[in-house]
Amino acid sequence: MELTRRWIVLATAGVVFAPLAARARATQPALEGAIRALLGEAEPQRGKVKLELPSIVENGNTVPLTVSVDSPMTAADHVESIHIFNQKNPQPYVASFKLGLHAGRARVSTRIRLADSQRVIAIARLADGSFWSDSADVIVTLAACTEQ
Amino acid sequence: MPRVLLNLPSQAKRGEIIEIKTLIAHPMETGYRLDSNGATIPRDIINRFVCTYNGDEIFRAELFPAIAANPFIAFCTVATESGELVFSWTDDRGQTQSETRQITVE
Repeated sequence: MELTRRWIVLATAGVVFAPLAARARATQPALEGAIRALLGEAEPQRGKVKLELPSIVENGNTVPLTVSVDSPMTAADHVESIHIFNQKNPQPYVASFKLGLHAGRARVSTRIRLADSQRVIAIARLADGSFWSDSADVIVTLAACTEQ
Repeated sequence: MPRVLLNLPSQAKRGEIIEIKTLIAHPMETGYRLDSNGATIPRDIINRFVCTYNGDEIFRAELFPAIAANPFIAFCTVATESGELVFSWTDDRGQTQSETRQITVE
């Protein structure tokens, strides 16, 4: 009787929490898939892009993020779009920004949520079709998204 | 109507790069949180932000649940001519809120 009840409790806990745990994390393949869908056949190069995030944040609910790209912003050489990805939130995408010639300066700031300590990746697409990237590691002491 | 904060110069020199800061009051409900009964709170976020300058699109953002509540977006543009800047935010229900600001370029 005792064993039966314990089993019911354990089985219930497993049924309830296992899917939650699985759902609450973007998997590494999901992240790679999202990045691959953006890049196509191209490979991103390191440099030009500068992703600024605090290295330690107390509250993952609002983390300031600034991404800038070293670009003259001329007709021949300008930033077309900037894409932000994360490793461990439920979805790999954070945001994508479409700039263009009229931006003058390729710099965008926003505030993001981080569900855990993780790496954030920024990829910029330039007018010539090349991709440039940067990444930043953030330690989060109070997580966002999946908590109440 | 959600409250909007916009910060941009009302006057600029021709060719000057101006920074535009935008913020809109919105909960940005992720769709991953549970209410007190254990039911999922449905997703409700602003998924698109567009800025046009005299009718030309100068900036567009596609947003996901990883953007913090009360989404803040700052970006730059070149002051080319006097006219109006229109900012519009669209949420998951398809509702769009727009704000207009005039700029004088000398």
